[in-house]
Amino acid sequence: MSLAAFGLGEDASRVNESCMDFLIMEMVQQMHKGPGGVEVDKEAAYFKLENLGYRVGFALAERFTKDKPRFVDSLDVVKFICRDFWMELFKKNIDNLKTNHRGTFVLTDNSFRWFQRMSDSGGGLAATSLKAFPYLAFPCGLIRGVLANTGLSSVVIAEVSNMPQCIFQIKIKT
Amino acid sequence: MQGTFSAAPKASLEYKMASRPAARPAGEDIWRTKVDKVSAELFALTYGSIVTQLVKDYEDYVEVNKQLDKMGYNIGVRLIEEFLSKTNLVKCQDFKDTAEVISKVGFKIFLNIVPQIQNWSQDEKEFSLIFEENPLAEFVELPEDGVATQVLWYSNILVGVLRGALEMVGFQIEAFFVADVLRGDDTTELRVKFIKMLDEEVPASED
Repeated sequence: MSLAAFGLGEDASRVNESCMDFLIMEMVQQMHKGPGGVEVDKEAAYFKLENLGYRVGFALAERFTKDKPRFVDSLDVVKFICRDFWMELFKKNIDNLKTNHRGTFVLTDNSFRWFQRMSDSGGGLAATSLKAFPYLAFPCGLIRGVLANTGLSSVVIAEVSNMPQCIFQIKIKT
Repeated sequence: MQGTFSAAPKASLEYKMASRPAARPAGEDIWRTKVDKVSAELFALTYGSIVTQLVKDYEDYVEVNKQLDKMGYNIGVRLIEEFLSKTNLVKCQDFKDTAEVISKVGFKIFLNIVPQIQNWSQDEKEFSLIFEENPLAEFVELPEDGVATQVLWYSNILVGVLRGALEMVGFQIEAFFVADVLRGDDTTELRVKFIKMLDEEVPASED
């Protein structure tokens, strides 16, 4: 899949990837703060971050799909996310896609770009997922946003068992 | 200009003399060969949604400016590491030198733009960066509430980034936007003001 197909392949419309990395780090910190410096609770922060992702995903979907033929069904849309969308954002495809053909999709990225510089800091699986939790919200929102813009209402959750692998689970609401 | 510059080894001084007139190619070279890139749209949209959320959370544009500046500062202190490791530049001679490096190397390798340096003050302690393009502000329109265009500096994160990054290399500066095309101004102008050199902490001696 060529990046130039979206007219985005040239350097002119690109920025240094670290800008995005730094911005995500700060965004996650920032959304845990409320006015007056009070800590908001984790769920509220997650909700906000997921919403940010949703907005970005929704807008990106519009731009990336404008020259594409109409999607046939939900599998078609998910495939678009796994290939084109992921390629545009992370320069790779989703490594594995599973579906039960009843609206549930499981997407596995064995080396999720935004987690590449994070490590298992020890403390086992539970500790890792706990720490990774706030960073999952934004990408989940991204996916939900893309689906929403193609007319599919969904719930997207993610889990990290061993960094930097990330598993996204999509449930399409009918 | 006050402040001292640590004595650099002769070799690196020569390197510096040789490399400085070529600041622009250096920036371009690094951008082309050493930088992983990402869609500017993703970046711009993400930044946009953060600003939108802050406006919602704080309901006060002055406070939003402040929060963006803080975020920028935190980014700046980290970002300078990457800047230094990718560029191998030695300490700048004076503030003019610093300005050149900021625009032609710094902005080039991070945002792929080269803002113009203009409006030097008489004492050479203040200059403006003029942005013809601004990757942060793609597809942005400020709300027409009569207040945002008076108070909000949409790209204020850049102020913090500059302050944080320069602080890490010993320059204390003040930066602020004075004009923004989003507000209806002709240009986007960021003013940078040299305050002082920060003294390097010498570890307490044993005796």
